[in-house]
Amino acid sequence: MPQGNAMRLHELDLIAVRIRKHIIDMLYRAKSGHPGGSLSAVDALVALYFSHMHHDPKNPCDPDRDRFVLSKGHAAPALYAVLAECGYFDTQELQKLRKMNCMLQGHPVCTRTPGIEASTGSLGHGLSFANGIALAGKLDKKTYNVYALLGDGETNEGQIWEASAAASHYRLDNLVAMIDRNFLQIDGKTEEVMRIESVTDRWSSFGWHVTEVDGHDISQILDALHDSHKHKNQPSMILLTTVKGKGVSFMENNVDFHGVAPNEMEHKLAMDELTLMEKKLEALA
Amino acid sequence: MSTKVMINPRNAYGETLVALGKKYPNLVVLDADLSKSTKTIMFAKAYPERFFEMGIAEANMISTAAGLASCGKIPFVSTFAVFATGRVYDQIRMDIAYSKANVKIFATHGGISVGKDGASHQMIEDIALMRVLPNMTVLAPSDAPQTGRIVELMAATMGGMYARVGRANAPVIYDKKDLRSLRLGKGIVVNDGSDVTVIACGTMVEPALEAARMLKAKGVSARVVDMHTIKPLDTTLVLQSARDTHAIITAEEHSIIGGLGSAVAEVLAENRIALPFVRMGLKDQFSESGDPSDLLEKYKLNAKHIVNNLLQLLK
Repeated sequence: MPQGNAMRLHELDLIAVRIRKHIIDMLYRAKSGHPGGSLSAVDALVALYFSHMHHDPKNPCDPDRDRFVLSKGHAAPALYAVLAECGYFDTQELQKLRKMNCMLQGHPVCTRTPGIEASTGSLGHGLSFANGIALAGKLDKKTYNVYALLGDGETNEGQIWEASAAASHYRLDNLVAMIDRNFLQIDGKTEEVMRIESVTDRWSSFGWHVTEVDGHDISQILDALHDSHKHKNQPSMILLTTVKGKGVSFMENNVDFHGVAPNEMEHKLAMDELTLMEKKLEALA
Repeated sequence: MSTKVMINPRNAYGETLVALGKKYPNLVVLDADLSKSTKTIMFAKAYPERFFEMGIAEANMISTAAGLASCGKIPFVSTFAVFATGRVYDQIRMDIAYSKANVKIFATHGGISVGKDGASHQMIEDIALMRVLPNMTVLAPSDAPQTGRIVELMAATMGGMYARVGRANAPVIYDKKDLRSLRLGKGIVVNDGSDVTVIACGTMVEPALEAARMLKAKGVSARVVDMHTIKPLDTTLVLQSARDTHAIITAEEHSIIGGLGSAVAEVLAENRIALPFVRMGLKDQFSESGDPSDLLEKYKLNAKHIVNNLLQLLK
């Protein structure tokens, strides 16, 4: 890609639904994994990979590529499905998620999967890793950008704030971080587990340019991404207001689906719902 | 002893980094507010654009280095051994070892000869922590010239690596020209002998040589092996020494658990070699504040104690 603006918004929405179907199917087959935080991250990933980022699935090591770091590594199914749909590897691989001898590990590993930049899963590392990519880009006078997706619960980690300070200190305007603000983490509501509000004020006070958008409105996400690059001498944060489990009615805002795969019945219900949505969007196209 | 040339291995590190900076345009250095102590400040002055001051935030420093490495940089990361390993174990595990990242961690202030700062700053578990990680090479150079050579090899060799030196000045053991043949993973017989073997690393190599001289006066022939690479361990040399001599002692400024002594013990046990054997190091305990030489005497980590242990073994 880039497929740029050539791809219309409802086409991106259609891709997002298909990614969600992949996720449900992958987790059902794997009998484990994290549906909630994968589903909430889908639209941001689709905006990045199918419209905004400069990348070439046939040349995943291109030194000039834009990079994406999934700091919230447990949303791996979403990223795997996006990478497969982009053409980094065959979509058949998705069925082998979490199985022995498979390239798709439970959490992303850069040494096994084309398109994965950083091995994540232990929370809090990804923003620092993205900083390193951004620093290298500055040093080499490259024009690439680096994007990192963080979980809202993940920002409990102290290392996130070390990285936040460093990105600001080094004026990394080639870095855009996003927070998947779905308001839930494993033990409950983020504000009850460990308060992180005001998210915007915290990141602003660390020197970041912060934008708040509806994390399921791809148009808003793309506008915010585009706008982020206009802000020079500081890193940008896009705060994505999202719904955990987005797209599957009984998973939405349901913390029980943070780390539990759908059973046979739930799988069928979810696939039926998503297929209905897919047909609606296809009719538009 | 008084005639020995003393050079600080930390200075050798700083000087070598500056030399390598010219050879490798992609070499970068990160430090966590200790550049004056680790001597990365020399590189910072020579190549300011390739030096990244990361502040007192070691976790971020390690993961950032991994990000730089993913773009083809050769990052050298420095701070004190205690902060370079234990504090950031998870970052090293995920972002360097598991990811097979080409990041070089060079730590100073390893061992108890750090002295008066006390046990909070005397790292005695770092070799164990780094040795247990898949894909990590673990190094402990013994003097300044060897430190320089090892840093050159770290830059020239792909993969995650950890090296530690002490804080103090160290007596010079090697001529620079003798070090050209040094290879990572190949121990050096610094002093050959036929009765006993001392396998030492880092700051304990010189006391081992001193012990060999003291033993010679008593008619005991001691081989001294400088095991600068603890992982991958030179098992051939360990087994050869077990065949050639009647007893083995390991000596390290580190816990006896998990470090060089454990590595040697594993090789001996798995090869069904039963011979008199002692691990010298911190015996599952922390040290304390004090003058380095007093601490090394109290915790039995000097030439005199090596001699005593060997004579005991030969009884």
